[in-house]
Amino acid sequence: MILLEIKKLNKSFGGLSAVLDFDFYLKPKELVGLIGPNGAGKTTVFNLITGVYKPDSGSIIFNGREIAGLAPYNICARGIARTFQNIRLFNDLTVLDNVKIAAHKNVPYGFLSTIFRTPGFFSGEKQIEQDALRFLEIFKLENKKHELAKNLPYGEQRRLEIARAMATQPTLLILDEPAAGMNPQETRELMMLIEQIREEFNLTILLIEHDMSLVMGVCERIYVLDYGQIIAEGLPEEIRNNKEVIEAYLGEEVV
Amino acid sequence: MPFTVNKGEVAIMLEFVQQLVNGLSLGAIYALIALGYTMVYGIIMLINFAHGDIMMVGAFVGFYSITLLGTNIVMAMIFAMIACAVLGVVIEKVAYRPLRGSTRIAALITAIGMSLFLEYMTIFLLGPQQKVFPHSAFPLKEYNAMGLLITNKDIFIIVSAVVLMIILQYIIKMTKTGKAMRAVSVDREAAVLMGISVDKTISITFAIGSALAAAAGVMVGVYYNTINPLMGIIPGLKAFVAAVLGGIGIVPGAMVGGFVMGILETFVSGYGSSLYRDAVAFGVLILILLIKPTGLFGKDTGEKV
Amino acid sequence: MQESKHKWIRFCGEVLILVALFTAVQYAITAGLLNMYYQINLTSMCINIILAVSLNLINGFTGQLSLGHAGFMAVGAYSAVIMTQFLGQPFAIGIIAACVAAAIAGFIIGVPTLRLKGDYLAIATLAFGEIIRVVLMNIDYVNGPAGVVGISKLTTWPVLYWSMIITILVVVNLINSSYGRAIVSVREDEVAAELMGINTTRYKVIAFVIGAMFAGLAGALYAHFFYIIKPETFNFLKSFDILVMVVLGGLGSTTGAIIAAIFITALTAALQSFPAIRMILYALILIIVMIYRPQGLMGNKEFSRETFNRIWGGRK
Repeated sequence: MILLEIKKLNKSFGGLSAVLDFDFYLKPKELVGLIGPNGAGKTTVFNLITGVYKPDSGSIIFNGREIAGLAPYNICARGIARTFQNIRLFNDLTVLDNVKIAAHKNVPYGFLSTIFRTPGFFSGEKQIEQDALRFLEIFKLENKKHELAKNLPYGEQRRLEIARAMATQPTLLILDEPAAGMNPQETRELMMLIEQIREEFNLTILLIEHDMSLVMGVCERIYVLDYGQIIAEGLPEEIRNNKEVIEAYLGEEVV
Repeated sequence: MPFTVNKGEVAIMLEFVQQLVNGLSLGAIYALIALGYTMVYGIIMLINFAHGDIMMVGAFVGFYSITLLGTNIVMAMIFAMIACAVLGVVIEKVAYRPLRGSTRIAALITAIGMSLFLEYMTIFLLGPQQKVFPHSAFPLKEYNAMGLLITNKDIFIIVSAVVLMIILQYIIKMTKTGKAMRAVSVDREAAVLMGISVDKTISITFAIGSALAAAAGVMVGVYYNTINPLMGIIPGLKAFVAAVLGGIGIVPGAMVGGFVMGILETFVSGYGSSLYRDAVAFGVLILILLIKPTGLFGKDTGEKV
Repeated sequence: MQESKHKWIRFCGEVLILVALFTAVQYAITAGLLNMYYQINLTSMCINIILAVSLNLINGFTGQLSLGHAGFMAVGAYSAVIMTQFLGQPFAIGIIAACVAAAIAGFIIGVPTLRLKGDYLAIATLAFGEIIRVVLMNIDYVNGPAGVVGISKLTTWPVLYWSMIITILVVVNLINSSYGRAIVSVREDEVAAELMGINTTRYKVIAFVIGAMFAGLAGALYAHFFYIIKPETFNFLKSFDILVMVVLGGLGSTTGAIIAAIFITALTAALQSFPAIRMILYALILIIVMIYRPQGLMGNKEFSRETFNRIWGGRK
């Protein structure tokens, strides 16, 4: 059973090929890493999967249905959530509100209920609040619930981004450099958190990372991207010793 | 029968070319103003709402230069250009520089405020009535060339505009300043690393753009004979559309766009209804923004996420 | 159950205050305590509040800079006037026509322009506002540039007051809901909002249409108090007037928009004989607020029950 399958994906920007003939697959509950030197096109792949960019050609099949070229909000509805390389929180909203927005795609009341403040509205809001608080508790952020997102320390902002993505109840979670800017201790905590939510929510996880300790530590399978093309794919030990991968990162043959 | 043209067809063709010629003067004026918009947008991504009003200030400086100082039209234009260059630099330093790190919306709102400020300060100091450019400054002389009517005003405007545009192209392509301007508009941070003073370059850009607008202002005074404090609004908007039409941020685009808008407007008011003349500019703007916002010469670059 | 009883008491208390305010002014009017000068300014104030609160929904909460709000006011004004003056319909029909027409205009203009970003969107809305004005100037049925005169004075205090209250209530209720959070997320980060399942285009259009609708309402109320409307009344300077209120009050605060609308109305009244000075002050407000306090008077804080309790020390 394949959860996500990408076939011959292509995307160029103004003549420059960012992603070339990209083939890829994910099985349910896998934890897969996508690594490669800077500018290899990793974030572009994420943007293509989540609908931020439209591919020039190729197909992306999720849960048996084609999603290439769909609008991002549709892709979220299908069960894919992501975090960003440069944190994109709703800065002037509270931590709690950031997470509450995830509930909107299934909002339990309509416009008229909102305007006329029916009992349905109040019970709906209560449900949304309870659900949001539940996620905050899992990610240990409930004591900061009324804090503005922009005022959180960096590590907590990253956690909030993951919490917010998780609140959309995805089947596939895509993490773009979740450990960026973290020290080894924080990275270890993040690794444990990733494992924990994978178990608890039956998640499939795809991540981009530069921190090799994280990648080698949690990923079951790794794809290596360079200049928009896959140069290697396999288990962590295989990748670690792969000559082409080493060359790509260091730029010259290391014997 | 060999191809012949009858008198009626000659008249129609002549009329067509006459409108074209009329449109050139107007187009030259729009082009000069459009250049200021495009240069400023290219370098700091700001639509300088106040630019049309800088043109107005130039017209007024030219007016007082002629009436109070008794200079000729060329000196008046030079004074206007110097005065507005200074004004442009001051405006940038006082109102736009503090907002360089802010959102573009904040800068746009400030520019709107600056525009209102220039307009109503002028009304407050000089009164809202229009002033008439003295005929003695530029006695009208008409020429007839092959059935086409051209005035010395048209010649003056078109020739001055072309000269200024050539000088501008020279500055941009051949001087160190021009190189700096191009560098800052492409990649500000890299320019800083190359030792370019971003502040100075931006100031110079404003100075040049404002000077060109001032020249246009004096030309408007010559062409229409009257000036008033709110004269910058509509031509400013039309020149802005010209800049967007050519591709905002692209200098040759502003020149082409200006002439296109001038000729288009002349044709619409010549052949169509003058009531809708102003609406044509708005219509063109909407069309461009919806069909190809990057303009005639612009490139489509996607947003990096 | 204690909680819902408290809620009910609070709700009744708020309603009481609103009704008391209404009655006090109504009494003053019928008793002849408020002369025409005060009535004019009171009417302007309420209309400005409706305009500022509705523009704030678009500019402040959704983060889309719309510079053509006066155009929707014009659509509403003219629609209402056509109904009451030309077709002899009652005021209620006129108001409904105004709201519907303005909402439709908002939709027609919003769908294409809201695809644009930032300054391009702003300029496009400005252009559309002017197009509306130019089109109205060329419609002979409503006398083109001369406009319509002798409009019956149908805007009474009850209509005015309760229209204002309804506008504020709808906007506040909308914002304090999941829909409101969706709208604000569009302002905060469109890409992230999309990826959270929010159809950002849909919500931009919704906010735009609702804002336009209330501007239309304001236009109808304006026309039926101030006797004359001309296309020139609804030019971009009017749009800038409303912008000044929203910027001063704080983009994203309904309370701020209300306070600023009141302040600007008072300022306009005080500087009636000095229009140039008033405009210079507006210009300075825009520039100074943007440079020194871009969040305006209230930022995005509301004067809510929580604030009230905090300041006047209720139980918590």
